[in-house]
Amino acid sequence: MDWINQLNPTMQFAIFSMLKVCVVIFLAVMPIVAYAVLVERKVSAFIQDRVGPNRAAPFFVKYLPVVGPFLVRLGIFHPLADGLKSFLKEDFTPAHVRKVYFWLAPAIAVVPAMLALAVIPFGSTLGAQKMVIADLNVGILYTFGIVSLGVYGLVLAGYASNSKFSFLGGIRSSAQMISYEIAMGMSVIPLFMLVGDLNLSKVIAYQADGAWLVFKQPIAFVIFLVSAFAETNRLPFDLPEAETELVGGYHTEYSSMKFALFFIGEYTAMIAASAMMVVLFFGGWTLPFAGLDQPATTLVMGFAHIGIFVTKMLVLMVVFIWVRWMLPRFRYDQLMDLGWRRFVPLALANIVVTAVVLWALHAK
Amino acid sequence: MAVSQSIEFRESAARASEAAAALQKPGEELIDVQGEKMILNMGPSHPSTHGVLRIILEMDGEIITKAIPDIGYLHRGDEKIAENMTYTQFIPYTDRLDYLAPLANNVAYALAVEKLLGIHDKLPPRCQYIRVICCELARISAHLLGLGAFAMDVGALTVFLHTFTEREKIYNLCESLTGARFTTSYTRIGGLARDLPAGWTDALRKFCDEVVVNFDESEKLLTRNPIFVNRTKDVGIISAADAIDFGLSGPNLRGSGVSHDLRKAHPYLVYNELEFDVPVGSVGDCYDRYLVRMEEMRQSVRIILQCIDKLPGGPVNVADGKIILPPKDKVMTSMEELIHQFLLVTQGMNAPVGEVYFGAENPKGELGFYIHSKGGGTPNRLKIRAPSFCNLSILPHTLPGHMMSDVVSILGSIDFVMGECDR
Repeated sequence: MDWINQLNPTMQFAIFSMLKVCVVIFLAVMPIVAYAVLVERKVSAFIQDRVGPNRAAPFFVKYLPVVGPFLVRLGIFHPLADGLKSFLKEDFTPAHVRKVYFWLAPAIAVVPAMLALAVIPFGSTLGAQKMVIADLNVGILYTFGIVSLGVYGLVLAGYASNSKFSFLGGIRSSAQMISYEIAMGMSVIPLFMLVGDLNLSKVIAYQADGAWLVFKQPIAFVIFLVSAFAETNRLPFDLPEAETELVGGYHTEYSSMKFALFFIGEYTAMIAASAMMVVLFFGGWTLPFAGLDQPATTLVMGFAHIGIFVTKMLVLMVVFIWVRWMLPRFRYDQLMDLGWRRFVPLALANIVVTAVVLWALHAK
Repeated sequence: MAVSQSIEFRESAARASEAAAALQKPGEELIDVQGEKMILNMGPSHPSTHGVLRIILEMDGEIITKAIPDIGYLHRGDEKIAENMTYTQFIPYTDRLDYLAPLANNVAYALAVEKLLGIHDKLPPRCQYIRVICCELARISAHLLGLGAFAMDVGALTVFLHTFTEREKIYNLCESLTGARFTTSYTRIGGLARDLPAGWTDALRKFCDEVVVNFDESEKLLTRNPIFVNRTKDVGIISAADAIDFGLSGPNLRGSGVSHDLRKAHPYLVYNELEFDVPVGSVGDCYDRYLVRMEEMRQSVRIILQCIDKLPGGPVNVADGKIILPPKDKVMTSMEELIHQFLLVTQGMNAPVGEVYFGAENPKGELGFYIHSKGGGTPNRLKIRAPSFCNLSILPHTLPGHMMSDVVSILGSIDFVMGECDR
């Protein structure tokens, strides 16, 4: 490993950043997306008194005596089969679409969701490396900037499909995502008033010192959580793709891997939203005991921190999934009503109250 | 004094285009409408049009300005088919009207023919009680699906699966009762295909206990769920006057506050000996219709339990060899039975000349059969008054002014079956 230490710091930074991007995207996000779909199907099956996926079995399973059938019953191989199926299906482009945008839209839907992960500190340190791809000092602003780009994918998909159902889905998604971004953005302002910094690592450090922000700012958390549901187009806010109204919404005309990309985009957005919530409200990679709230000094501790972060994130993702199978869907105007008339004023009030309290505490 | 009528025969295509042109005439325009409107073709294959209903929606943004239902995609000519077969042979076709409640259709049709034959009040009591059980079982089955589909349309996917679990049990009961899970064809003119199998009432009682728990679960998921209430309350209001004007029946009519239930208004079978309430809505919105259905299922359970307790013994068929097929061993040994068997199978029962109408309170509303007989074993004309058809007629009146999302709520709450509507 000497050659790494002999490189200049810029090169080192570049290499490690590349490494982290590859690891996070291909070894963490993609498998989590694939298996989140499985969890979604299994949880829905559990809620609905069904068994869920339990069939897919590659050829080698029959050589595994006890574990094999168990894994098959868990549906472990279904995500692989799903992925393979997505690639092998006919990639049909309807004749009436606007081709350039039609091809561009799925990519635009996926990329921002993945970019948003860049600033999230998913662990303390491993060796000398900080476990965050980009330790920006304006982390949260970057996130909001990038996340708001996600709407373009859906709007373009709706527009390019040249189908009325897709079109309505696209319009709904633009209105919904823009509205809830405002509520979401305002809900986190009190957090940064408390922390005094926009860097997400500092937010975690602040929570490690005191209580988690979910206890200090419960209203902000509720607004952020609901807005996150809306931003990721999950039930009860999945109006853009409301399958019983708009057939499939913006992705009605898509098939094969292009359709799968929207799926990946949705689940990546879920991951990003869950990760953001863990960082902002649930203390990131820290736990308030066993010395787990300080940056790691050993490799074991470093991995433990990553494990803690991922566990917290997965719990929140299960909440996303669980809610989807329990609640009906909002109507478009009710959604707007909730966003603008309830959450925006509530978030504003929260800001004012926090400001007044802070002012009173520091005015002595 | 004879009234002469000149009947103009027109080509069906011309008639259809004329009817379409009549619908295209500008109706009530919304104030403040700017710009171009969008025509959205919803159906015939759309996730929430429950089969093959097609609605042409004229929309201003998300708001419906005009709705033109287009039906007939499932037309099979049942009424014409009925003219070419004996009364008994038509029973399997009634399974396929409201295919969520085939038992109730069988009963309604059998009662209509029996009314024509003049034997509807001579049915053995055991037959009548079993028929009531069948009707109410069918009502639970149909309402469970209607409820589940309604919930699914507004986005609550889980309720559908929960109600389907109970429907599965009903299918199992149907299977052991009739030999078929779906297309039951259980009734015969003047009786039933067979008596209850051994132990069936115990299974039914067990089912009744279980299904009530399921109602509670579904209600927990929906009745006080603020999102569900938002989606259904004050949506798709049908006033009592409108409901009557458009010929609505069943839970849709009662949801609008009209207490009209054929089981009470014109009691048939043994409904007048049973205790049950007729739930009635107050506003006539989707939520009221949902509540009415929910309560009707509970009342159905109540009726079934009473029927099990009161179930008398005795035969299930009328003792008239000219109507009911004789037992096989008699056919082989006795001359009279052989003749009856031969005549019934080849020509059907000999119905008197005349016309009757009989309407039964089916899950979707009043399922009526109008039979015009010129005598003999086949009807001269058989008209089916399908509740779904009449219930859907209110769509152009109700939908305008609502949002796209309300369309699915309203369709779900009206709870129609296209097999019956298009017949």
